Amino acid sequence: MEIVLYTLISLSSLGIILAVILFFVAQQFKVVEDPRIDEVEALLPGANCGGCGYPGCRGFADACVKADSLDGLFCPAGGNETMNAVAKALGMAAVEKEPQIAVVRCAGAPEQRAKTSIYDGPQSCAIAAALYGGDTDCPYGCLGLGDCVEACTFDAIYIDENTGLPVVSEEKCTACGACVTACPKDIIELRNKGKKSRRIYVSCVNKDKGGPAKKACNVACIGCGKCVKECPFDAITLENFLAYIDYEKCKLCRKCVEVCPTGAIIELNFPPRKPKPEKKEENADNEKAENNAAADTVIENTSEPKNE
Amino acid sequence: MANNRLLVSMSPHDHGKDNVKKIMYGVVLAMMPAFLVSVYYFGLDAIRVNLIAIAACVFFEWFIQKVFFKGKPTITDGSAIVTGMLLAFNVPTNLPWWILVIGALVAIGIGKMSFGGLGNNPFNPAIVGRVFLLISWPVQMTSYPKIQVLNFAITDAETGATPLALVKEGLKNGEPFSQIIESMPTSYTDMLIGQMGGSLGEISALALIIGGLYMLIRKIITWHVPVAVLASIAIFTGILYGINPEAYADPAFHLLTGGVMLGAIFMATDMVTSPMTGKGMLIYGVGIGVITVLIRVWGAYPEGVSFAILIMNAFVPLINKATKPKRFGETIKA
Amino acid sequence: MLKTFPKGGVHPAENKLSKGKKIEKLNMPETVTIPISQHIGAPAVPVVNKGDIVKIGQLIAKSGGFVSANIHSSVSGKVLKIEPSMDASGYKRMSIIIKVEGEEYEPDIDLSDTLVKECSLNADEIKKRIADKGIVGLGGATFPTHVKLSVPPGKTAEHLVINAVECEPYLTADHQLMMEKPDEILVGCSIMAKAIGVNKVLIGIENNKPDAIKLFKEKAVSFNNIEIYALKVKYPQGGEKQLIKALINREVPSGGLPIDVGCVVQNVGTAFAVYEAVQKNKPLYERVVTVTGKNVKNPVNLLAKVGTPISELIELAGGLPEDTGKIVNGGPMMGKAVNNQQIPVTKGTSGILLFPNKLAKRPEVYNCIRCSRCTHVCPMNLEPHLLKNLSNKALWEELEKERVLDCIECGSCSYTCPAGIPLLDYIRLGKANLNRIIRSRK
Repeated sequence: MEIVLYTLISLSSLGIILAVILFFVAQQFKVVEDPRIDEVEALLPGANCGGCGYPGCRGFADACVKADSLDGLFCPAGGNETMNAVAKALGMAAVEKEPQIAVVRCAGAPEQRAKTSIYDGPQSCAIAAALYGGDTDCPYGCLGLGDCVEACTFDAIYIDENTGLPVVSEEKCTACGACVTACPKDIIELRNKGKKSRRIYVSCVNKDKGGPAKKACNVACIGCGKCVKECPFDAITLENFLAYIDYEKCKLCRKCVEVCPTGAIIELNFPPRKPKPEKKEENADNEKAENNAAADTVIENTSEPKNE
Repeated sequence: MANNRLLVSMSPHDHGKDNVKKIMYGVVLAMMPAFLVSVYYFGLDAIRVNLIAIAACVFFEWFIQKVFFKGKPTITDGSAIVTGMLLAFNVPTNLPWWILVIGALVAIGIGKMSFGGLGNNPFNPAIVGRVFLLISWPVQMTSYPKIQVLNFAITDAETGATPLALVKEGLKNGEPFSQIIESMPTSYTDMLIGQMGGSLGEISALALIIGGLYMLIRKIITWHVPVAVLASIAIFTGILYGINPEAYADPAFHLLTGGVMLGAIFMATDMVTSPMTGKGMLIYGVGIGVITVLIRVWGAYPEGVSFAILIMNAFVPLINKATKPKRFGETIKA
Repeated sequence: MLKTFPKGGVHPAENKLSKGKKIEKLNMPETVTIPISQHIGAPAVPVVNKGDIVKIGQLIAKSGGFVSANIHSSVSGKVLKIEPSMDASGYKRMSIIIKVEGEEYEPDIDLSDTLVKECSLNADEIKKRIADKGIVGLGGATFPTHVKLSVPPGKTAEHLVINAVECEPYLTADHQLMMEKPDEILVGCSIMAKAIGVNKVLIGIENNKPDAIKLFKEKAVSFNNIEIYALKVKYPQGGEKQLIKALINREVPSGGLPIDVGCVVQNVGTAFAVYEAVQKNKPLYERVVTVTGKNVKNPVNLLAKVGTPISELIELAGGLPEDTGKIVNGGPMMGKAVNNQQIPVTKGTSGILLFPNKLAKRPEVYNCIRCSRCTHVCPMNLEPHLLKNLSNKALWEELEKERVLDCIECGSCSYTCPAGIPLLDYIRLGKANLNRIIRSRK
């Protein structure tokens, strides 16, 4: 019995002494922080995706608290809702941005874009891109090896088995930009999500002349320029035999989609057209484009590597 | 090329003859002399133990991989077979089959697969299995059968103590070493060729040396680890024997008995768990030798090689960091 | 005891199937596609336009900077177009496409075969001539020669080292050139020695070319400053740092250049091109290319014009074998696999290898078994397994500490790895990302 008593006493006293020491040490070495950082951090999604450009949600919270205004600070994962809450908590003006989503600008599935060689090596787009333009005749197109999938922290992108191309999930994508950075061929772009999640874009980054481009892939942009002429809002520009639709100017009228000879322009999430000869557009959205901080993001398609 | 398509890959476009499978099967081949000696002295039990260990290891690796890991099965690379054989070599031939199977599960499941499979384990899987069995079933793991030459009847063999255990016991009781040796039925030549009690694979130093030389010639292992282990054991015990020849066993005794040969040639040279540079391997070998002698002479167990190897395995990442090769042109900073 | 570099190296099978085959000339192709970037450094800038008529040896693209080179036409004819075209890099790069008509040479080129031994130009004039004629390193790296021969202030050149090793298996272009034009090469070497102001020339030849060693030893007697050394056969003996270590036992400092230990290293093919440029006024528009492979009917050494599609070279070697899995531009250890036969011969093309399917396939990949063979064979004493792991984890700054930039990409590590891991692929990824980070720091 004695032994039990001695054990109880010694362990309890040890515990109490250590607890007291720890208490004083914790007080002594306490890090004083602005309590608002914790408050703001609690409002953030907590995914630590880095889409804001800061190291993790805590880093972003820190930046928000220390900043004079919320200009230039935006959490893409949380979106407008989160930024409004943060603004309210800090007593600053709210920043509103048009919701965006990652868009994969390549539609070269094997049926459209024939494979002309076999790639043998690690299944990484970065490594394959350093070797050559890919196992098809289009040296600009998607390699399908999944660096974008690896980079995504929201599980919002996956490679479709049948087409070998990445598919972005409408609900999960937070436009954090990780996949955009990961893609070595600059195929993925952040574009406005659009009203009712509808968007129109040129699903091609091929800068070859029309002949070789079409030969390599049936749905390539051949740079014919018909879309440029057709667009009533001057939203389309043509450079290096490649058309590009400015998502700020695009009003989703779908005229370009109809005239594109190869089907390179994609309309996403629209209802099917009525098969009438007169071109009466469905849902001619004439919403005003909101001014926002995100300026035109014309991506330079640099798919050529540096000289070795 | 399939459908006339060319293959495109990065350089180099040529490959040497080295292959994981060849290395593993080469090790298996090197273990054959010791295996044959064990069959000669322990009979069919030796074959039984080997088969059960190999089958259990292969099965567990396949099963764990199928359930927990993705990717194609790795049992074809031969490493499970090597682990199975090494585990079998480390146990007495009269071990009950169920203990052996548990040993295989621990060796493969805990020692190898829990770290991520081949190449990721810090500890030698066969030794992990053996030590686990030794600590959990000390009686069964140390009741060695007496050798019966070419006995092919699976009978219950008589058990007896190994020379190592006898000497350890005797020296502890204060008997002078020369007396113990004289009273033992095993001579030094017996120890060399394997005519003594012990675990399945450790009895014949000669067979193990032949296997080791084969691996050296085929460049499966390098000389660094075996030489470092054996030399450090020989020197350390030599010093002790020189100080007091009656209180300590002589170097030849230490080298020829117990698991020293098996450990030095087959267990410590396991590539996954040994250092990457020559200098590191020497440090590793010396460490194993010193710890083995410490355990054998002053520790509670008569055999110390297994524990020594596990302890040094833990130091390998540090050794690797400390023995980085000097880079080309490192002396002068541009 | 033959000299060699002490640490690392592998011994791939030599397969010198085209050994001893005399250099053959190809017929004129129908069109040539000449990339404007065939060298390290800035691409050249075209100085001709669509529709221009050009002669052989005419300047068609001017050097685009200090580290750059001129490009000359290898044929006479009309410029068809100037547009991006697929080349050995795997991407489309700007090229000048010329339709061949006739065989008209620039008038100042000396087309005769007579040996011209004396060189009356001084060092600066030699360098200018080399720059004008677009000479680049023909060992495969294609570094502009006039830049290498310009010793930076603060450094002195003591030796000119000539790389006549040709350590890559299959390739025999340099060997055959040495057997057929030894005098010209030696004159080229002394010209280069004059350009950098040294009086010691060391020529290293691997011991598997005894005829070349004998021939050169005889011919070098008449030159008072050229020494010939036979070197042990070990890959990559031809790496410039390994060559310097073997010949004069000096180690180029990590991150440094051969000039830091007083050496300038040039390929033996470059020496020949320098001879032709300085003594014959001939720009670099053609070179010797080995076409070979296990299934190739007629392995040959060809004198090919820059811009010729490799399909023509393959034709002359007996056509594309039925069982062809891979076409490699260069040697088997460092060459680049290409995906079609239309890519053009460039200044850096030393060989075209055709691999049968069985040899083209990469070995099966297992987990790393930490055998450390890669560490033992690395000639730069790096740890490829560690570099691979760091690359995979994207730890670029750690890679810098591990000196990944010292890697000469020889391929010995991937060659040896028993687990079939493509170590060099990951190391290249690490180098590329690290270089990007270093550039963004400036």
